[in-house]
Amino acid sequence: MYDFTPFIESITSYLNENLSPFWAGLISMVLLGVGILLFYAVLGLYLVYAERKICARMQNRMGPNRVGPGGIFQTIADLIKLLLKELIYIRNADSLLFNIAPFIVIVASIMAIGAIPFAKGLQAVDLNIGVLYILAISSMGVIGILIAGWASNSKYSVIGAMRSGAQVISYELSVGLALLGIITFAGSMQFSEIIASQEDGWWIFKGHIPAMIAFVIFLIAGTAETNRGPFDLAEAESELTAGFHTEYSGIKFAFFFLAEYMNMFIIAAVATTLWLGGWLPFHLFRWGAFNTVMDFIPPVFWFFGKAAFVIYLMMWFKWTFPRLRIDQLLALEWKYLLPINLMNLILIAFLTLMKWHF
Amino acid sequence: MEPYALLTFFLTAAVLVGGAIAFAYYAAPSLPGLVKSEPYECGIPTEGPTWIQFHVGYYLYAIIYLIFDVETVFIYPWAVVMREIGLTAFIEILIFFTILGLGLLYAWKKNALTWE
Repeated sequence: MYDFTPFIESITSYLNENLSPFWAGLISMVLLGVGILLFYAVLGLYLVYAERKICARMQNRMGPNRVGPGGIFQTIADLIKLLLKELIYIRNADSLLFNIAPFIVIVASIMAIGAIPFAKGLQAVDLNIGVLYILAISSMGVIGILIAGWASNSKYSVIGAMRSGAQVISYELSVGLALLGIITFAGSMQFSEIIASQEDGWWIFKGHIPAMIAFVIFLIAGTAETNRGPFDLAEAESELTAGFHTEYSGIKFAFFFLAEYMNMFIIAAVATTLWLGGWLPFHLFRWGAFNTVMDFIPPVFWFFGKAAFVIYLMMWFKWTFPRLRIDQLLALEWKYLLPINLMNLILIAFLTLMKWHF
Repeated sequence: MEPYALLTFFLTAAVLVGGAIAFAYYAAPSLPGLVKSEPYECGIPTEGPTWIQFHVGYYLYAIIYLIFDVETVFIYPWAVVMREIGLTAFIEILIFFTILGLGLLYAWKKNALTWE
């Protein structure tokens, strides 16, 4: 039920029958590109709106409520405003690097979306090293951040960029090791196979306590990787104005802002796919009636529902925890998360060896 | 379509960034000024060069990260075949993690993980 493969195949075969291979390929690329742009824009704008609304509710405020019903068009209005704002050039800044930094940050966040399975058949490329690909591409984003801070020729920016660099590379280890746990369980790095291995139960339930520990570590490290929440030292408002993007104005600033939210979505999507069963519906043991009802909900809704849950958790962290200091931040990673993670991976390997997961 | 899909993602990013910046370049006002182009430092004129030597702690963490990340890369192939190989793979990863753990312990005792 709800398989997207025939739908995609029918478009491709229709194009190939009526057009030469070159034009068919070009048109399918354009269609995909338009799809990506629409998805990116809608999701980015919606996430910004959701963050502002949730933050307002946690601080006992109303949040945006003037533009459109409940303020849902507020972020679109903001985007138009940012498009029409002046792009300020900084004296003595390295203008080539200054302009290329938002591009790198956006490329990293868009290309990572390519490997995420939204539903059966609704995945741009099903790489056999999908998990490694997402890790590799999303860690390119930190280069953009470092370039942005360095090229701005502003002291706040450089401090923010250096902090961000130290933080992102440290927490990348924990992200990788937490993902390795599930790769060990599933025995594959391909997203479709990882999802197929969860048909009789999600890994967070099947993998006993070690899988849950890995999930919690992944959430903490993922929040740190996106420079968010209690780990937003790179753009700490109260000490560095806006950190690495202090000097950016108008639409270039908007790109950094957008990329942060998309990175959050990517972390949530990876957590969903590896631990929470991806687009698979929730099944309760062998209760046939309940499972049939759950099967009727389309997989896209399941995927986005689970991703929204993880994103909500990350927003919750941000608005309830105080910011860490840089030494506390690095001590948390190197003295707590990393040793726990190594022990946890040995436990997971032991569980896999004894076949003790359900 | 499959082989060009990732290329499409890259080109889409280029179109998005390039298009939006080009639009802003023509649509947005441009009134450059001497004071406006100063680096922002809460109103105080900036002192001295920005591109100077930096706190060594950051580089120390970068080096430790490099060691551990390269070793993490070795664990990926192991994780994929762990199920099939079984006990041998488990014993091997125990040895590997012992060495890795000793490395971490060494860095810890040498105070490389302490921010000063």
